[in-house]
Amino acid sequence: MTSLWPKIEPALARVQKPARYIGCEDGSVGAGSLKGLVGWLLIYPDTYEIGLPNQGLQILYEILNERDDSRAERTYAPWVDMEAEMRRRGIPLFSVDSHRPAAEFDLLAFNLSAELVYTNLLNCVDLAGVPIHAADRGPEHPLVVAGGHCTFNPEPLADFVDLFVIGDGEEAVGQMTAAVRDWKASGRTPGSRERLLRELASVPGVYVPSCYDVVYEGPALVSVAPKYPDVPERVEKRTIADLAAWLYPKQQLVPMTEVVHDRLNVEIFRGCTRGCRFCQAGMITRPVRERPAEQVTQMVSDGLARTGYDEVSLTSLSSADFSGIDSVVRSIIDDPACNGEVSVSLPSLRVDAFTVGVASEIQKVRRTGLTFAPEAGTWRMRQVINKLIREEDLYGAVESAFSQGWRRVKLYFLTGLPTETDEDTLGIAELARNCVTVGRRHHRGASVTASVGGFVPKPQTPFQWFGQNTPEELRRKIGLLRSATRGDKGVQLRWHDPEASLAEGIASRGDRRVGAVIEEVWRRGGTFQEWSEMFSLDLWRDAMEAHGLSIDWYVHRHRERGEVLPWDHISAGLHDDFLWQEWEDALEASGTPDCRWTPCYDCGACTGYGIEHVVASAVAPAGGSQGTGQDLGSGGDVPVFLRPTVGAGARS
Amino acid sequence: MSAVAASERIRVRIRFAKTGKIRWTSHRDVARMWERAFRRIKLPLAYSEGFSPRPKVSFGLALPTGYESVAEYIDVELVGKIDVAALPHRLSAALPEGVEASAAQVIPAGTPSLQEEVTSCTWRWAVVPSEGANPVSGEDLEARVARCMEATELPVTRSRKGAEQTDDIRPSIISIKLEGPAGRSNVMEGPAGPSNVMEGPDGLSDSGGFWLVGELACQPRSIRPSEVTLALGPGLEERLPRRLHQWIWRDGARTEPLVIEGRSGAIGARHAEVRAS
Repeated sequence: MTSLWPKIEPALARVQKPARYIGCEDGSVGAGSLKGLVGWLLIYPDTYEIGLPNQGLQILYEILNERDDSRAERTYAPWVDMEAEMRRRGIPLFSVDSHRPAAEFDLLAFNLSAELVYTNLLNCVDLAGVPIHAADRGPEHPLVVAGGHCTFNPEPLADFVDLFVIGDGEEAVGQMTAAVRDWKASGRTPGSRERLLRELASVPGVYVPSCYDVVYEGPALVSVAPKYPDVPERVEKRTIADLAAWLYPKQQLVPMTEVVHDRLNVEIFRGCTRGCRFCQAGMITRPVRERPAEQVTQMVSDGLARTGYDEVSLTSLSSADFSGIDSVVRSIIDDPACNGEVSVSLPSLRVDAFTVGVASEIQKVRRTGLTFAPEAGTWRMRQVINKLIREEDLYGAVESAFSQGWRRVKLYFLTGLPTETDEDTLGIAELARNCVTVGRRHHRGASVTASVGGFVPKPQTPFQWFGQNTPEELRRKIGLLRSATRGDKGVQLRWHDPEASLAEGIASRGDRRVGAVIEEVWRRGGTFQEWSEMFSLDLWRDAMEAHGLSIDWYVHRHRERGEVLPWDHISAGLHDDFLWQEWEDALEASGTPDCRWTPCYDCGACTGYGIEHVVASAVAPAGGSQGTGQDLGSGGDVPVFLRPTVGAGARS
Repeated sequence: MSAVAASERIRVRIRFAKTGKIRWTSHRDVARMWERAFRRIKLPLAYSEGFSPRPKVSFGLALPTGYESVAEYIDVELVGKIDVAALPHRLSAALPEGVEASAAQVIPAGTPSLQEEVTSCTWRWAVVPSEGANPVSGEDLEARVARCMEATELPVTRSRKGAEQTDDIRPSIISIKLEGPAGRSNVMEGPAGPSNVMEGPDGLSDSGGFWLVGELACQPRSIRPSEVTLALGPGLEERLPRRLHQWIWRDGARTEPLVIEGRSGAIGARHAEVRAS
């Protein structure tokens, strides 16, 4: 086999964090032959520490390596210092598993979970020595493939990516492997690449942009239509109906250097039906599919024993909603094998005292930060976005947290939401201040961090028609909040760069014409745009101008019903009528309940695929009204004060 | 955690190697690997008392990122009885490839920490012509080594926390010796016995490089092979540095931090030779 290691090794002495490039993780495949196999290089186009923990990539890695006709390796975007060394020394993009050149693989498969990594995708393809334009690739080149949440609007990358997989990838990768295997066996003759792509275009969930014609009239998009009769007009996403059948990852990779989420991650359910209207993840992953509780506890106990981690995260879009979450958590912490040394974290905590109770129970070992996401500052605004948290729910949760010994609570908010007034914006400061007041009953030094992000409307959500706030407007709103919180020691305000939100806006709702902009930004050196030290809005503004595209038209303009949207030919299962109705309800500040615990309102996510929610309990979890539309009362049957405050702060 | 009588606690010193690709992980990364390995084999670790109990583990001298070693040490406190002899094997199976435990022994309470005790280290490293520089001959290198050893002072400038700092490293060089042309298959001796050089960069043998072996002091501060390479003059680049031994000099005698079955503890004939040279 070809290993580039001898060339890579001298470069490592000259770069930051060389451990990013060595592989060797427990759970990885190491060196192995590609002979007679379909080779997949799975690429996360951001740094190793961001990309390694990605569960989507790890799941496919394992599934592909269990097949006897394929082998998957991984790589991540080399940081700029390493890229410079690679270009200087003539080292192409390589896999971290066996340090094999990327071009030796049959597929370069990217996971796209954020729009600002698009330029890194181009950079990785280029570093692999593969033409960045799909049209310039020949039978000798690997297929460039992409999956992940961003592919629900694939158009900005349509010129660069040979095919997209929309939705869950577990099943689709098998069908693709079989097709590529046959293609290789047939000798990759001239013209065969086009035939293969056309064949793949009829695989459910696969979108091959080169099989579609795009028509514009002036600035308007008129249609994206298939070129051939055997290519679907609309690509429906893939959905795994039974998560229990996919016990992955079984061998979660254990990194040997610092990464984000450095702990055992076990996915407890997929999908979310709370219906927050800004949330693309919630909309595109419907319906809810829970993993059986016993399977979760088994995966946790096997995973901890194998990895040696002392922390497990039960992942999903809203982990406290899992049926019987408290008994699952208790069975983990009471497991004698865990020896009372394992901490459990639940990302995406619901705002209620009940979940704080669970959190306090599970964080005996290490007390990490407690974060809630009310998202908006006023009840009116939260009805607009359908995040139906009442103020008393939040105060109850915060009361509970401070009484349990937490001294700092973090709150996430969005600004720039539809119909937002200055009163709504200022509501953020007021909520935060009130939380501090609640906290000071327990600790003099109680504080609240309010983290404010600029809202970017996403495709396939009810807010896809909304015109995004300008950076100036976002800055003004942040200014209002800064004035309102200045001098208040208890409230710490943090905010995201409004300029980065603008670039994200260009990429997230762009059409194929935006591809040229992404290429331009990349050609001018704009990689790692997710990283504030690397981000430059001027690059994006100049590139838009260079290609005669209007930022206002793409980003700040409200869209009308009936307008052809660039992603209309991609379906997350949601009926257009449902999304539009949700948009109208939003404008009227009217909430929609979570269908898990209320009758179906026919959004389309289940019916189209002949599946249903998989939930063990038909009853909404106790505590809090959030999203359920039911008046469950703060804290349900769990008292707000769970334990005396004496000594509770000892470990904080 | 309930208090544990001091008599039930034992302190175990473990020797390990870190070779191959994993040498590019940092000292902190290695600490995390050990914590996970201890949990994987469910070792009964003693914890510190207090608000935030931590396992009582102490690491010796940091090994710079990118350096290999066959002579690293770690001290860990355990609660209760345990088969110490079986520990290296169990730990090696739980550690990542490239990190291997080679010996373990109970050390007496009151043994000074590795940081305090270790006075010098033996290193082996290759020097190759740096990019664009002329090849270096064995004679040339021999002469440069001799000049270093004869010098009364060797100022080396390095940047430390952004500021340039010049140190005289000559007092810290106990010995340096040219070992011959650097290739892939060289065998080198560590406290665990002979071990093959693994994963040497291809081309090391035809790069015109040479192996150097040197004993460098750790007190008052550790000097590194890279500083010695710098002191040898321009046109040289360091490759594959590996720590072979850590030494404790006491009352004119030299021992290693772990003394097991007479092997590589007290100085054997070969080591005496090295010292004499």
